[in-house]
Amino acid sequence: MTDPSTAASGSSVEADQFVTGAENAKPTTTKPRSLASDAWRDLRRRPLFIVSAALILLVLLMAAFPFLFTQADPNYAELSRSRGTPSAQAWFGYDNQGYDIYARTIYGARASIIVGLVATALTVLIGGTLGLLAGYYGGWLDGLMSRIADIFFGLPFVLGAIVILSSFGSTGTTSQTQILFLVILSISLLSWPTAMRIMRSAAITARQQDYVKAARALGASGPRIILRHMLPNAVAPVLVYATIALGAFIGAEATLSFLGLGLRAPVVSWGVMIADSRDIIRVAPHTLLFPAAFLTATVLAFVMLGDAVREALDPKMR
Amino acid sequence: MTDNIIEVRDLTKHFPVRVGVLFKKTVGHVRAVDGVSFELKRGETLGVVGESGCGKSTLAQVLMRLEPPTSGQATFEGRDMFAMKGAELRKLRRDIQIVLQDPYTSLNPRMTVGDIIGEPFEIHPEVAPKGSRREKVRDLLDVVGLNPEYLNRYPHQFSGGQRQRIGIARALALKPKVIVCDEPVSALDVSIQAQVMNLLGDLQTEFGLSYVFIAHDLSVVRHLSDRVAVMYLGKVVEIGTEEEIYERPTHPYTQALLSAVPVPDPELRGKRQVIRLEGDVPSPVDPPSGCRFRTRCWKAQDLCAQEEPALVTRDAGDHPSACHFAEQRAIVP
Repeated sequence: MTDPSTAASGSSVEADQFVTGAENAKPTTTKPRSLASDAWRDLRRRPLFIVSAALILLVLLMAAFPFLFTQADPNYAELSRSRGTPSAQAWFGYDNQGYDIYARTIYGARASIIVGLVATALTVLIGGTLGLLAGYYGGWLDGLMSRIADIFFGLPFVLGAIVILSSFGSTGTTSQTQILFLVILSISLLSWPTAMRIMRSAAITARQQDYVKAARALGASGPRIILRHMLPNAVAPVLVYATIALGAFIGAEATLSFLGLGLRAPVVSWGVMIADSRDIIRVAPHTLLFPAAFLTATVLAFVMLGDAVREALDPKMR
Repeated sequence: MTDNIIEVRDLTKHFPVRVGVLFKKTVGHVRAVDGVSFELKRGETLGVVGESGCGKSTLAQVLMRLEPPTSGQATFEGRDMFAMKGAELRKLRRDIQIVLQDPYTSLNPRMTVGDIIGEPFEIHPEVAPKGSRREKVRDLLDVVGLNPEYLNRYPHQFSGGQRQRIGIARALALKPKVIVCDEPVSALDVSIQAQVMNLLGDLQTEFGLSYVFIAHDLSVVRHLSDRVAVMYLGKVVEIGTEEEIYERPTHPYTQALLSAVPVPDPELRGKRQVIRLEGDVPSPVDPPSGCRFRTRCWKAQDLCAQEEPALVTRDAGDHPSACHFAEQRAIVP
């Protein structure tokens, strides 16, 4: 890394290696920079970020405007073409019911992305906030929150989701949006303790650092210490968890659909498609392959994005 | 009296020792600071020395109001420090600042140097109008001997000495009257220590600062201090001017500490009598009765176990010393 002794000399030639090009060009009129602007400047130059961002953009486009990608109706089935292999008419082939897999994959992006993104955001938001508060204030507040988290932690995921979905969503009357909402709710309700524990331990570590002490000596308020000092230094582990959780949540949605509690036809999702293909994997592997490939690529893109953001937020890794 | 900027009377800080998982029971107290009194005059440097665990840093935390005191009073410019709240406390924060020991953990790694030194202005916006802050930060960097162009760098791009300068710049930002230096140089190389101490000395002359300078290195303290307080197990055992403490120490603990200071002159080396203290510092949870130093003192008698020696000027010396048998003994050759 940087050699402190050269930095100490302060001579312009040696100092150059520590300055970025922009700073070098006009050394007398340096603009003030912050962590966020530095991170953004760094991100734009990262191939990992560009590739993952492009992929995510594409998937989001698919979720928002599926008709841009395909003319076929995802809900039009013809049993005569059941399990048809990929061809010019149907790039990804047909599934057991004779649905066009390409069209369904495109249309399935919306439900999967909504469940994955919103559930992750909720989980990180709830868990992260509670974890930060517990880590900063400690004492009885921490004890109370940790015990509540323990209770949710003790509930098996599938069992908990079944209870929530079956008690709040009576099968006949609930609309698909409500089911989507319930699926998201049950996933985040049962997952936030993990995010909270990760954030709490990172926050406790950050809180004991001397720079927090220095900020308190300056008279910094609680919110300021939490947001300016603890959050940036504690967010990395949660970010990693979030990128992993995103994929797991899309999978969890599939699990719930498989159990008959989650999304149902006519709504399509990658999870539903993967669940549908389970019986015919050996005779028609493409029915599993294409939705699974889209799921994997999306999750990978988010993991890469999370990685890039985490590194950009750490000045030492630039 | 008016030129005393800080007066501390019988300050104690006890940390409870708790056992039990659910129902915590207090089984004792760590007497980190146990009845400390001193004054700090305007523009003066008070050195506080003592070995690890004697309560120096706790004293700094309590003075900074980072920890509430257990008992005792402290006044800042005649006003009770521990009773301050709200706006008055904010004002106190501007007047007393701290330089922390470890420059590697005292700067937020995710903030630029400009943000770190500028944060005091954000917390106390009345000190500097928004437009002038950047310029002030550059000035501060200049004052502590760093290139103002380093504004946009991160702490990890600096060496230990430079980081400590950043920490000093942050402490100076609000133009405080008192800076508490909590072992500011003990994490630095010896060559860098001198630089940072000279900087602190120059800043004192320039801004008329008062320092409470905490260190465990007697030679470091001597370089800067006007007066020195020697601490042992949460108590001040001897206090006096730099000359009184270094030339005419009367407390056996001070004498032992001084005898351990390395001698720079090789001719004189080995001619001095080194006092070796036996054993460790007793536990501050259960300090010895009477004089706390008696368990390691070669002069200890029955009286020392029964009666606690007061910190008063005795016949043998010209400054307060907390020893029943205080006597001068030439240490430094």
